[in-house]
Amino acid sequence: MAQKTMIQAITEALDQEMEKDEKVMIFGEDVGKNGGVFRATAGLSDKYGDDRVSDTPLSESAIGGMAIGLSLQGFRPVPEIQFFGFVFEVMDSISGQMSRTRYRMGSTRNMPITIRSPFGGGVHTPELHSDNLEGLIAQSPGIKVVIPSNPYDAKGLLTSAIRDNDPVVFLEHMKLYRSFREEVPEEQYTVPLGKAAVTREGKDVSIITYGAMVREAIKAADQLEKDGISAEIIDLRTVSPLDIETIIASVEKTGRAVVVQEAQRQAGVGATVISEISQRAVLSLEAPVAFVAAPDTVFPFGLAENDWLPNANDIIEKVKNTVNF
Amino acid sequence: MKKLKSSGLSKEEIIQAYQAILRGRRLDERLWQLTRIGKTSFNISGQGAEVAQVAMALAFEPEKDYFLPYYRDMTACLVWGMTPKDIILGSFGKEDDPSSHGRQMPNHYGSKEHNIVSHSSTVSTQMPLATGVAYAAQLENKDYVALTTTGEGSANQGEVQEAMNFAGVKKLPVIFVVENNDYAISVGSKEQYANKKMSERAAGYGFSGETVDGSDFTETYLAFVKAVKDARAGKGPALIEMMVSRLTSHSADDDHTIYRSKEELDTLKEKDPLLAFEKQLIDEGYMTKEEMQAMDKELKAEINKATDDAEAMLDPTPESLYEQVYAE
Repeated sequence: MAQKTMIQAITEALDQEMEKDEKVMIFGEDVGKNGGVFRATAGLSDKYGDDRVSDTPLSESAIGGMAIGLSLQGFRPVPEIQFFGFVFEVMDSISGQMSRTRYRMGSTRNMPITIRSPFGGGVHTPELHSDNLEGLIAQSPGIKVVIPSNPYDAKGLLTSAIRDNDPVVFLEHMKLYRSFREEVPEEQYTVPLGKAAVTREGKDVSIITYGAMVREAIKAADQLEKDGISAEIIDLRTVSPLDIETIIASVEKTGRAVVVQEAQRQAGVGATVISEISQRAVLSLEAPVAFVAAPDTVFPFGLAENDWLPNANDIIEKVKNTVNF
Repeated sequence: MKKLKSSGLSKEEIIQAYQAILRGRRLDERLWQLTRIGKTSFNISGQGAEVAQVAMALAFEPEKDYFLPYYRDMTACLVWGMTPKDIILGSFGKEDDPSSHGRQMPNHYGSKEHNIVSHSSTVSTQMPLATGVAYAAQLENKDYVALTTTGEGSANQGEVQEAMNFAGVKKLPVIFVVENNDYAISVGSKEQYANKKMSERAAGYGFSGETVDGSDFTETYLAFVKAVKDARAGKGPALIEMMVSRLTSHSADDDHTIYRSKEELDTLKEKDPLLAFEKQLIDEGYMTKEEMQAMDKELKAEINKATDDAEAMLDPTPESLYEQVYAE
């Protein structure tokens, strides 16, 4: 098995699914000849032609709307939004339309759309380019929001997303694109949507997180182990709909929960996780649930980024508070 | 007005067109009644645009062409294949509403069976969808055309520019329509756009634009026949602006007497395109007044029956609240 980066795993998933299903098509800004600004679609327009991998005008609303029109006609569009901060231009298509088409048309229509988009902090891209906006979409019923934390999951989750008959927003954390490699099988495989992973088993505390914060949680857990604290890590993988059962089972086992997200603190995925834990597992808790999140300020300029972003030290501190409560 | 004969349609087809126009008017009136007596919660209407909508829709082949309408297009949806009962079921929000099982807003028509795509209440967002549908036709070498409509106020949304621009770049078989009734709820068109004609905008996207008098059946029909023929032949999109009237308030929640004078409303009624069309039918020897009255009687009976049938259907069950959100 070859060692691959997450971006390679993503390109491979796109390539293999396009080969398997001629209804899969990619479009977006610079995804054709240029292969995408992060090279996610590199080589695909040469291989599958301009009709199946095409550049669009700078028109996010049109990209979203056309994806709906194309999927009405049986295509499986995989549009790219160049940075997820540009989602505001396509919010109507996502939250106002594709997530509701099934509801509005009596389940007579599938919306097999996978919107891929890079996001996330830690690579010195300013403001909107780094924003964690998954919470915006997670509030829309009818659409799924998937955020892989590693190359293996990225390939399997993206393959599942493309095959899914509901719309999926597939968010790719830029810091994970090339920061490490792991073994990714050559052949196609799927990782189910809506299922969290137990990344590491532990008995003292559950760290519940997703995306790039899984890497920070692993670093934290390694350090905590040296200090005699056994941390379990739950990687949500799909942040909407949430895999509540896996979260609750873990918290009931460990009796402590630290929820970690890179997004700002207010009204996001982490807040929902904490809400569910407090409603369903409060009698299992030995300590209040702790929350590691970014401050409720605008994503900062480059030099302040490392201060702003949550990291392993923040997680360690919260875990220790929780364990020593 | 152009003679009906020059439309190329037979006498029988012209009479059917009139029946479709009158059916639209009577059904629209029924939907207002149902709202006024509290049996339905909402209505938004196309009274004053029926002649234009029928002339438009007749230029297409609803068995294969796609329609992405806006909320005033009930009469066009009837031509496209929906029935008065389908429409009323939607207004009642019944389980058997074929658009959405009672989920979607009234007047947001949709039907997989009839190639009608339900739209969102954020105006004009159906336009990029139509571009996508037309893109699918081009990619798969199919000869269907997409028709999408909006109002002259809604046409100022950014999505319209994105949809038209892409359609122009790719020369897609999509026909964009602006039904210009001079009002965006209460705001007159002078406050909405600066062009003399909305159709001039097409030049900016590299395709043709035309403004037609929507109360002139033949002029409107022939404009669409040409646009459909060109689109089907791969010559790309068109923008057609139909000048129509809005005889009613914007919706059942609006009172247009606040912003329209009595004189204006009286003139509107006198110039009702339905009355003008009826006069034309008589003048040009298609129908007599008696024949029209007989047809009207039949249509009223048809709509009464459709209302009773629809009202007798079941409401969605509360247990179905969680359905239709994700694939089963």
